[in-house]
Amino acid sequence: MKEAMIGQPGRHYLNEGGFGWKSWLLTTDHKRIGILYMISITSFFLLGGIFALLIRLELLTPQADLVSSETYNRLFTMHGVVMVWFFLIPSIPAVFGNFLIPIMIGARDMAFPRLNLASWYLFMLGGIVAIGAIVIGGVDTGWTFYTPYSSTYANAYVVLTVIGIFIAGFGTIFTAINFIVTTHTMRAPGMGWFRLPLFIWSNYATAIIVILATPVIGITLVLVGVERLLGFGIFDPAMGGDPLLFQHMFWFYSHPAVYIMILPGMGVVSELVACFAYRRIFGYIFVAFASIAIALLGFFVWGHHMFVSGQSLFAGLLFSLLSYLVAVPSAVKVFNWTATLYKGSIRLEAPMIYALGFIGLFTLGGLTGLMLAAAAIDIHVHDTYFVIAHFHYIMVGGMVLAYMGALHFWWPKITGRLYPNGWAIIAAILIFVGFNLTFFPQFVLGYLGMPRRYHTYPEEFQMLNVLSTAGATILGGGYALPLGYLLWSLGWGKRAGPNPWDARGLEWEMTTTPPIKENFEVIPLVEREAYDYAEPALNIGEQLRFEREMAAQGEKGYR
Amino acid sequence: MGAHIASQKTYFTVTVALLMLLVVKVGLAYVHIGIWSLVLTLTVATAKALLVILYFMHVRWSTRLVWAVASVGVVWLLVMFALMMSDYLTRGDVHYMLNQPPVSHTVNER
Amino acid sequence: MSSQRHTSLLHQFNDLEQQRLSYEVGMWIFLATEFLLFGTMFAGYMVYRTHFPAAWAAGSQELNVLLGLINTAILLISSMFIALAVRAGQLGLGRSAAKFLLVTMALGSMFLAIKAYEYHDKWSHHLVPGLNFEAHPEHPFGLPLFLSFYFTMTGVHAFHMIIGLGIVGLMAFWCWRGRFTAEHNSPLVMTGLYWHFVDIVWIYLYPLFYLIGR
Repeated sequence: MKEAMIGQPGRHYLNEGGFGWKSWLLTTDHKRIGILYMISITSFFLLGGIFALLIRLELLTPQADLVSSETYNRLFTMHGVVMVWFFLIPSIPAVFGNFLIPIMIGARDMAFPRLNLASWYLFMLGGIVAIGAIVIGGVDTGWTFYTPYSSTYANAYVVLTVIGIFIAGFGTIFTAINFIVTTHTMRAPGMGWFRLPLFIWSNYATAIIVILATPVIGITLVLVGVERLLGFGIFDPAMGGDPLLFQHMFWFYSHPAVYIMILPGMGVVSELVACFAYRRIFGYIFVAFASIAIALLGFFVWGHHMFVSGQSLFAGLLFSLLSYLVAVPSAVKVFNWTATLYKGSIRLEAPMIYALGFIGLFTLGGLTGLMLAAAAIDIHVHDTYFVIAHFHYIMVGGMVLAYMGALHFWWPKITGRLYPNGWAIIAAILIFVGFNLTFFPQFVLGYLGMPRRYHTYPEEFQMLNVLSTAGATILGGGYALPLGYLLWSLGWGKRAGPNPWDARGLEWEMTTTPPIKENFEVIPLVEREAYDYAEPALNIGEQLRFEREMAAQGEKGYR
Repeated sequence: MGAHIASQKTYFTVTVALLMLLVVKVGLAYVHIGIWSLVLTLTVATAKALLVILYFMHVRWSTRLVWAVASVGVVWLLVMFALMMSDYLTRGDVHYMLNQPPVSHTVNER
Repeated sequence: MSSQRHTSLLHQFNDLEQQRLSYEVGMWIFLATEFLLFGTMFAGYMVYRTHFPAAWAAGSQELNVLLGLINTAILLISSMFIALAVRAGQLGLGRSAAKFLLVTMALGSMFLAIKAYEYHDKWSHHLVPGLNFEAHPEHPFGLPLFLSFYFTMTGVHAFHMIIGLGIVGLMAFWCWRGRFTAEHNSPLVMTGLYWHFVDIVWIYLYPLFYLIGR
């Protein structure tokens, strides 16, 4: 029985089944697949980050002195393509969703483990194709592939890039199928829908968006490819086509896609806030339904990307109104998190710093989104750095911080090791400061009129651009730190007990650290509500015994 | 098991109904009733699709979850159509493209 | 996988009913994505048809109503046969199921053969946009657009049919070898659902392309 065993289990998912490459590349264990994703998306993040660095270096001076305009077009395009499709969209769902969902609901694995592995391979194949396109010359259309430039006139590897995105999209769809079916059919006895952690609700809502939106971008990109290769004039005005049709189709996917990117982050924040305020989430039902509302309402607003493209005034006003509506459920979440924090027992551990950062920065990004939803404002700031700052506040200030928070929160459970707290807090602060220095000046730049996707600009904008680049350097340093100390912890970090944060949830209270391959010795019977911080953790005794035993054995880091 | 097993007779009957509806559909095309032709044709097509979904695909005897998943794609398509057409139908220019002079189109260099 | 024949319950599931339902729901979710995939093309069709009604009618005249009618009937009947095949599989009648599946494949192949003939016919009449199209003075933009959509939409549909034929063939082989039982036949059910879906797409494609303004 586990009770008798002090220390980490002898056999767990990392060493059971062997260490060989076959046991990893042919695994169907959702936990190992999550780790495979973790390694791949970190690599893509680095690649996308290098493009960003080059962009910011070019923008240090008003003239074009680092790269030509053709190259610069490729840089921002590839930055967008890699970050959107190969980092942000998979990030939290593919890494933490895969690892945690079966455990959080009390199942042995996902509903379709082999499909899960296929998802990862499709993701990798799509990525390799996209990288291939980058290596042989890249694309310069912007990640938005607007026609007729992309479909007729671009002298670049559009089709190859589009194929990479299409393949990766299939991987995402398969993951979404797994998430939805697993959540419906594989919950443990007693795990009703309203006892689920909010992380599950968020990933479930995300999966719904993936199912309804991803096929649309798939076929839209196919149409672009068909037009390029065969000369069908679907979007080309010279052949009677309407370029705006592409934009309608593209944004029907891409707006919900931004909710694919942020919803899982919100799910993580719910988990972190509950644990580090040591309280149940205030208004659980509201937060749960807000996730679904965001998923659904997010489909009705895409025209706000097209206010100045030529769509009718009526449509513009309709989309503007609907865009105001979609902000409501997001605001509901922010209010509920804040209410959870109020009079909670706050512990400022590294994950909590990231969660708090998320709440603040996401709110700023969201408010500027409302500004953009007003057509009258958007006319002036569309295609300026104001828009860029807005979505980076959400994507980096929100989503990347949430990813880092998730990484720092579940790292002990996933690896069995703790990282050095001091360094983690330094990194979190560096990231927060670096981020704001990078992107706040961009709000001002956009408001003053600096256009996006330009590699030259008027002299008077240089100061703000220099500040932004300086911030980017600090941000880069901030990202490098966790890469360092997390890898270090694998070999030399303190060993983690079953529940080092004294959190609630099946992954903390009912599994070992690291978890055994089947997750649970016996499928649990769930009898408590989610986030039951009023009662002690089910395994708090085990955690305390673990810590005493580690100290007694003279384990490093324990006293 | 939970799966409902339909009789062979059910399948035959549905197929006959489908083929009859097909004949109706073709017939409708040759009747000159203007815009109604499109409306009726789509109605018949939808009736056929429903027969396939409910009987061949067993949704008639499936759980509510399956019903929900089967309907959501349709509903979402209608959302896409409605919001997209809210742009095109209010541009006030439905006939503009017909008046454009033909443009000679050279194959683009790649 | 042949070891699954005798222990058909996979390790992550608690019982066969949970397994069966999971596969059914999973397949329907996949079909929802296919709905959106084809549906997007229908949206584009709708946009252009409202702009070029006369050209759309002219384009429809270029298509052969009778061949399309035959193809539609073929697909409807093939749907019946695959439904019978799934039913046989659910009753544990593997060989029966395999025979029904083979009929389905035959009908599907006939559909594709007729489609290939139609495409060739368009090619010889210089009606393929971008590749060998001869401009029509009355409908300089509308007609090539109609045909672009015709080829793209029926092409994507045909692509799905080809994949479907492959899967149905594999299922026929497995049925013949007794792989499926009354308790474990989800792949067969899923194949049936896929085939019916491809049929439904054609149910809409036929009138929308072949039956305009006759």
